[in-house]
Amino acid sequence: MRIVVLTKPVPDTTGAERLGPDLRVDRTASPAVVNANDEYALEAALKLVEAAGEGEVVLLSMAPASAPETLRKALAMGAHRGVLVTDPALAGSCTLSTARVLAAALRTLEFDLVLAGADTSDGTGGVVPAGVAALLGLPYLSYAGRIEPSGGRVRVHRLSPVGYDVIEAPLPALVVATQALGEPRYPSLKGIMGARSKEIATLSLADLDVSVEAVGGAVGGAVATTRVLEVRPPVVRAATEIVREPAPVAAARIVEFLQTRKII
Amino acid sequence: MSGAIWVVGEMADGGLVRISTEIATLARDLAAASGGTASGVVVGEAPGAAAGELADYLPAVRAVSVAGADGRTAAATTAMAVADLIAAAGEPGPTLLLLGATPDGRDVAGMLSALLGWGVLVNASAVTWDVTVGGPVVEMSTFGGRLITTSTFTGSHGIVTIRPQSVTAEPAAGHGVVQSVAASDSPVLRPVALVDRVAEASAEAPIEEARIIVAGGRGVGGPEGFATVRSLAVALGGAVGATRAAVDAGWIPYATQIGQTGKTVKPALYLALGISGAIQHKVGMQTAETIVAVNRDPDAPIAEFADLFVVGDLFEVVPALVAALRSRGT
Repeated sequence: MRIVVLTKPVPDTTGAERLGPDLRVDRTASPAVVNANDEYALEAALKLVEAAGEGEVVLLSMAPASAPETLRKALAMGAHRGVLVTDPALAGSCTLSTARVLAAALRTLEFDLVLAGADTSDGTGGVVPAGVAALLGLPYLSYAGRIEPSGGRVRVHRLSPVGYDVIEAPLPALVVATQALGEPRYPSLKGIMGARSKEIATLSLADLDVSVEAVGGAVGGAVATTRVLEVRPPVVRAATEIVREPAPVAAARIVEFLQTRKII
Repeated sequence: MSGAIWVVGEMADGGLVRISTEIATLARDLAAASGGTASGVVVGEAPGAAAGELADYLPAVRAVSVAGADGRTAAATTAMAVADLIAAAGEPGPTLLLLGATPDGRDVAGMLSALLGWGVLVNASAVTWDVTVGGPVVEMSTFGGRLITTSTFTGSHGIVTIRPQSVTAEPAAGHGVVQSVAASDSPVLRPVALVDRVAEASAEAPIEEARIIVAGGRGVGGPEGFATVRSLAVALGGAVGATRAAVDAGWIPYATQIGQTGKTVKPALYLALGISGAIQHKVGMQTAETIVAVNRDPDAPIAEFADLFVVGDLFEVVPALVAALRSRGT
């Protein structure tokens, strides 16, 4: 079982993230961490390879040159190696460019499954994995709460508002992971030590043939399909009313408050 | 950018989902502002009923029948059918596609972006037409709600995914025309077989669409505690939500989880019980119109952004609140 996990270093979500003067995400403003949803994908990939008793888990990332620091943590969790696509021209890429570059990079790798997180904490769009699947003609199975490969096929429980849909497709396929697959493991000390010597191969745009995905191979920030016009802080909420009264009084105040706001 | 705006309708159980009516209302406004047209597309094995519902909101809706679509997942089928329609429409075809920022909407938007080579602006909380920019201006909340960005497309075509409850749905003055279209047979995307649909809980409305959400966190203490949360949700006619801590503890299913690795909601009222309001939860609910919190800890972060904060034991406050609501006949 050979699995590629799409892994994105994102700004730590503790509150220091910001946009730079070019209105792009300033990736030097706060330390990068592995995107939380990608860790669920990685955990699922590690369990699948362990259950198969053979195979490898490869991280694929499109990120700044500093990404290996962040990817080491994913390697410490148990991924076997990493592939990093990094190129100054990719800064400011839109989701379409990102999908095209990841698709071109995947064409250089051999795999049975590609796993991705449901979205990233910086972009939050959740549209890149579907784009990658469409570009590569891979069956796309999203919002997985369970992943069961067998006999050259993969069966997925796709979470629905009321439960789940059981969906199935032949391998190779692209599956989008969710938290319902289970908590990511903590790296062991052995894992952390071992991660230092694991390979992270670096590719630049020149190493990829993007012409299949984009006419003339045009990808990156210079040909982004979207641009930010303006950034502003959100409307400040009114000051909080604090109620410290016995339960019946507090309850009456809540009712009154909801009536004033015409909610009830 | 100018010309035609298409709403890609979303179906569930043979009918139209509510977000599609919200987006259709928005599409009409954008068409009026841009001098263009708004119309809809619904794709499925039997799209007629949903297309008819969408035609209450739009002057024209294409109902694309795909044989065997019910045996496949919606995303690839819909994306392929819409891409084919656009290719067949020729010039001037649609320039702007609107979808929901829902699981199905995101899947279809991502595929269409790749198939058409159009950019995507995501999770819009508002879309306006800007004459100076010459196209749509899309507003979204980012970095856990600490920034609002407005963005546009650099080219002549684009796709926008829109958050539920960003627009109030209003039917159009007259009923639109539904045109039946047979899907062309060009399987560019690999179909994924739908084997079974499993309902786990009692079929509740998706929490993204709920006007009122009563949510429980670590302070609820266990699965039994969620009976208290549910009693208030019932009294208010709302849905039940939860934090990641409550879901991880196995007290309540993942489908109810709100926050960074769960759902993003924008109800009229968010009533938080035993929820501290950590950033990972806050990002999923902070755009609620009104936030009321009950927590024993007066220093909980949610005290910073709730509108009303009751310092108290939820197991005392909630029964009193349910009684108060019942006595006024709610």
